[in-house]
Amino acid sequence: MLDAKKGDLVKIHKIILEPDERTGNLPSSTKSVPYECWIKGFLLDKNAKLGNEVKIETFIGREISGTLFEVNPTYDHNFGEPQKEILSVGNEVKHLLKKSQNESKGV
Amino acid sequence: MDKSYLAVISRKTDILKKATGIDYDHFEISPLAFDYDGLMKSCDFSLEDVGKILQEVGVGQTPLVELKNLTQLVRSISAPGKGARIFVKDEAANPSGSFKDRRAALSVYHAKNLGYKGVVAASSGNYGAAVASQAAKRGLKSIILQEVYDSRRKGQPEILEKTRACEAYGSEVWQLTVGPELFYIMLLVLEDTEFFSASLYVPTSILGIETLGYELAQQVLQQEGRHPDMVVVTHAGGGNITGTARGLQRAGSRDSSVVGVSVDLHGLHMASDTDFNRKSFTTGHTGFGIPFLTWPDRTDVPRNCARGLRYMDRYVLVTQGEVFHTTEMLAKLEGMERGPAGNTSLAGAICLARELDKAQILVVQETEYTAAGKLPSSQLTFARENGVEVKRGNPDDDQPGKVIIIPETIEQFRLKEYDMPEIRRSYVKKALDITRPYEPSSDDIQFLSEDSKASTEFVSQTIASLSSVETA
Repeated sequence: MLDAKKGDLVKIHKIILEPDERTGNLPSSTKSVPYECWIKGFLLDKNAKLGNEVKIETFIGREISGTLFEVNPTYDHNFGEPQKEILSVGNEVKHLLKKSQNESKGV
Repeated sequence: MDKSYLAVISRKTDILKKATGIDYDHFEISPLAFDYDGLMKSCDFSLEDVGKILQEVGVGQTPLVELKNLTQLVRSISAPGKGARIFVKDEAANPSGSFKDRRAALSVYHAKNLGYKGVVAASSGNYGAAVASQAAKRGLKSIILQEVYDSRRKGQPEILEKTRACEAYGSEVWQLTVGPELFYIMLLVLEDTEFFSASLYVPTSILGIETLGYELAQQVLQQEGRHPDMVVVTHAGGGNITGTARGLQRAGSRDSSVVGVSVDLHGLHMASDTDFNRKSFTTGHTGFGIPFLTWPDRTDVPRNCARGLRYMDRYVLVTQGEVFHTTEMLAKLEGMERGPAGNTSLAGAICLARELDKAQILVVQETEYTAAGKLPSSQLTFARENGVEVKRGNPDDDQPGKVIIIPETIEQFRLKEYDMPEIRRSYVKKALDITRPYEPSSDDIQFLSEDSKASTEFVSQTIASLSSVETA
């Protein structure tokens, strides 16, 4: 089955530097992993499967090649979960402000 | 052409000369000193020109808002007669949502005038979005290089939001993993495209921010008939402090003290794959703030026009938890929901205002937009997923990368005051280390004194004390 066809919005992956090609002055956690990148664009190949070497046209019209990583890439960052440590801050400071306003009015 | 790492790095001087239109060698005076004023004047724009160029694209002239409720709250915990009036410059009102539009606007205008077809910027933050937005407005292409993921391909949510914003403005975005090799990619892309390097550190970037300092001084003067007593600035690479302070000077606000504020991230290594996602702030923190003060020339251009130490009167640190708490207060008491990172200086202002008299005026000079990925709830959820504990308590117990403490009351907010003479000594030491065995001349000492806002006596004494340590 084909995963993407020409013109689809896709994301490609490239390994820029393998661990042994990385610069000298790096913490070991960084030096032991490859330097990678992902770029979005429209597929130029007629069709492709994930993992194939493909060409894309980026949003500014440049041609870049890499491995097909994702088709129809979606933004998945979000608003997070409610955090009880900050949920109560608003009412706490509103209460303090009210108290201070009342004191300055002599209530 | 050889595109390997070492080959590209070896061509950096030529690549950057073509990509900035600036011959940096022309401004070198000695192995140690360079002509900073000459470099700043190399792009011939008056402050009035810059104001007009920004106005054309809807940048600047943002509202100055008095935070009356927050001021009252601060006064309620201050000594009698203390608690300055707190104002904020609502920079979120700029087209892409931050003061970074001022930096980008002039650089992109300049790039277009010089005939470049596109611009390149390395930024995981608001600056990337600002360059993308300005390029869209001026009809240039843009490429934004972002450090987004760790090796597990976990992306910092705030940076993922910046990828979205840049792509919304039509940029080609390179999402990279952690590492300083970003500079190599930048050179590679500049060489391939022959685009302009819209570095954060070129003269036009700083000239753009001068309008912020100038405007806020004018607004305070018009509204209150006086200059601000203190201007509080979030500090990272130094551009915000440098541009703002220069703008204040141009407006005649020479007595306003300029205070830098950063989020304290001591102990987290900025180039570490494992530390990368253990922080909730991607800029405005000590990981950039301190190295850029002690040695500004560590950037993507040979000489950095953002020189924070030249302009900073004080440097104070706040905790991540204090900034999240402040972000909540700004939303709930002042009706302004803004991004946490842009509220770093406001968190510092809570303590700083307590030091000043009621009649005095403190200006927090920025806010930034907020969105998915940026909200405190988003960042704290991400922090927990990466093993960071989040709890209420005393901010003194905060441990970057391990525990985020949301203060129980604003009385618990504490500034960590950074020792300015120590920073100046570190700066002088670094300058000597880099140029060794060169012996600084009296002109070099003059340069070091201007560059670190210290007296020539201080610089000479520091040099003498360093050489006596070596001899011993």
